[in-house]
Amino acid sequence: MSTAYPTTWRKPPQMIHSRALRIALALGAVVYLVLAIGTIEVNWARVVAGMERAQRFVAGFLQPDFTTRWRDISNGLMESLTMTFTSTVVGVAISIPIGVGAARNVAPRAVYLVCRAIIATSRALQEIIVAIFFVALFGFGAFAGFLTLTFATIGFIGKLLAEDIEDIDEAQAEAIRATGASWLQLINYAIQPQVMPRLIGLSLYRLDINFRESAVIGIVGAGGIGAALNTSLSRYEYSSAGAILLIIIAIVMMAEYSSGYLRKWVK
Amino acid sequence: MSVASVETPVWVHRTPVKRLMLWAGWLGCVALFVWCWERMTQRTIWAFVWDAPNAAADIGSRAFPPRWSYMERLWAPLWDTINIATLGTLLGIMMAVPLAFLAASNTTPSRLILRPIALFAIVATRSINSLIWALLLVSILGPGILAGILAIALRSIGFIGKLLYEAIEETDIRQVEAISATGASQGQILTYGIVPQVLPSFYGISVFRWDINIRESAILGLVGAGGIGAQLNSSLNMLAWPQVMLIILVILGTVIISEWVSAKVRHAII
Repeated sequence: MSTAYPTTWRKPPQMIHSRALRIALALGAVVYLVLAIGTIEVNWARVVAGMERAQRFVAGFLQPDFTTRWRDISNGLMESLTMTFTSTVVGVAISIPIGVGAARNVAPRAVYLVCRAIIATSRALQEIIVAIFFVALFGFGAFAGFLTLTFATIGFIGKLLAEDIEDIDEAQAEAIRATGASWLQLINYAIQPQVMPRLIGLSLYRLDINFRESAVIGIVGAGGIGAALNTSLSRYEYSSAGAILLIIIAIVMMAEYSSGYLRKWVK
Repeated sequence: MSVASVETPVWVHRTPVKRLMLWAGWLGCVALFVWCWERMTQRTIWAFVWDAPNAAADIGSRAFPPRWSYMERLWAPLWDTINIATLGTLLGIMMAVPLAFLAASNTTPSRLILRPIALFAIVATRSINSLIWALLLVSILGPGILAGILAIALRSIGFIGKLLYEAIEETDIRQVEAISATGASQGQILTYGIVPQVLPSFYGISVFRWDINIRESAILGLVGAGGIGAQLNSSLNMLAWPQVMLIILVILGTVIISEWVSAKVRHAII
């Protein structure tokens, strides 16, 4: 008697092997989707009325108007760019000691915990919420934006730098320690040469992120090109808004390519 | 003849020219920083800045304790926020997957026409923040969840598309060759050769983006795109600091939970 072998092949399931669990998950997903889509309230009359605006917006995007509001645009752009640069420089300068303090292999336990807490706070709060508070405290304008971006930079660079320091080649630190070096000399001769290329790369990457963010925090009053964009949209000047968006896209693309190129060059 | 007059060269890390250039570079950076600082603070009103500690103490004293009873009016916006993030991510995935296959150099049907278009779409949607998308969509579609979902979806296209097309380009060519050697059609090569290879990274990317989208959808309401941000905006406008405090605590809690979920799921997949 020969056993009956299956004559067709079926693809085995990739993720979840239990059939019951698969069905339950699919049913759950369907129920959630029905519930979620059921709670969307769409005012179709408003959407239809908005289509005319959408056309005007597309037209404005295709025929951007750089000239009428050029003063506002150039002021906003200047604020955004200066804010980006200063906040990256200050943020990196502050995050270096915090990053060193948050690395378990070079910092004592108490300092480690404090620095990790600073980093966690900075990463958990979104830029926009921080910007709202800084605008309330320091008044409207680029200074609040500068503080927001600096605050966000500290968490970003601090965390990645600390992880980098924890990943260094311990043999080199051992060699420097064996010469009887002090803690400062250890940092200067064993740690810094190993993490420097990556720190420069991270700073360039953060410069890029900070510009993108500077375009957004203007919406809540923290200066920069976001404020100009917000104004032009609330005035329904879609051709100026189109121009601002094109400028933002162009600068972001330029920053992305040049920072990628620079990072390759630094390595 | 003394031997001492022949100087042994001292080892230095860099040549003098290089050192000079390095110094010039640093000097340039410092000068640029000072100029940027001057330019940025031109319109700053320093009286406000020096008054900030007082203002902070004032707001702090008003914000505590948070108004817990306000919570009952936050559940519905919270549900909306989660829906904006989830539905937006799903919509984004639906649009990003075809784009990723068009943009990956090993699966694109036309290298000259479709690939550059797909790449441009990915870069363009990625460089505009979801808050700006929301600003545009609210003025077109009117305030509400729909604008938020579309804003999240549009922003997600670029992110998911970029990471997914890079994953597709990194697939193992030998598995694809093995499938095509059996006489499989183009569609079969895709489903049996490429998709199984990118599926784990696809799930990972999607969950990661969902986690980011929860953060972003929490603030979309500031510009009128629904969710808990709308409550935040109205509380801010009324200067109701105890409510603001509660909303921020709720947002923080949601963000931490979603980060935990996404870390768990990614850990289970990879």
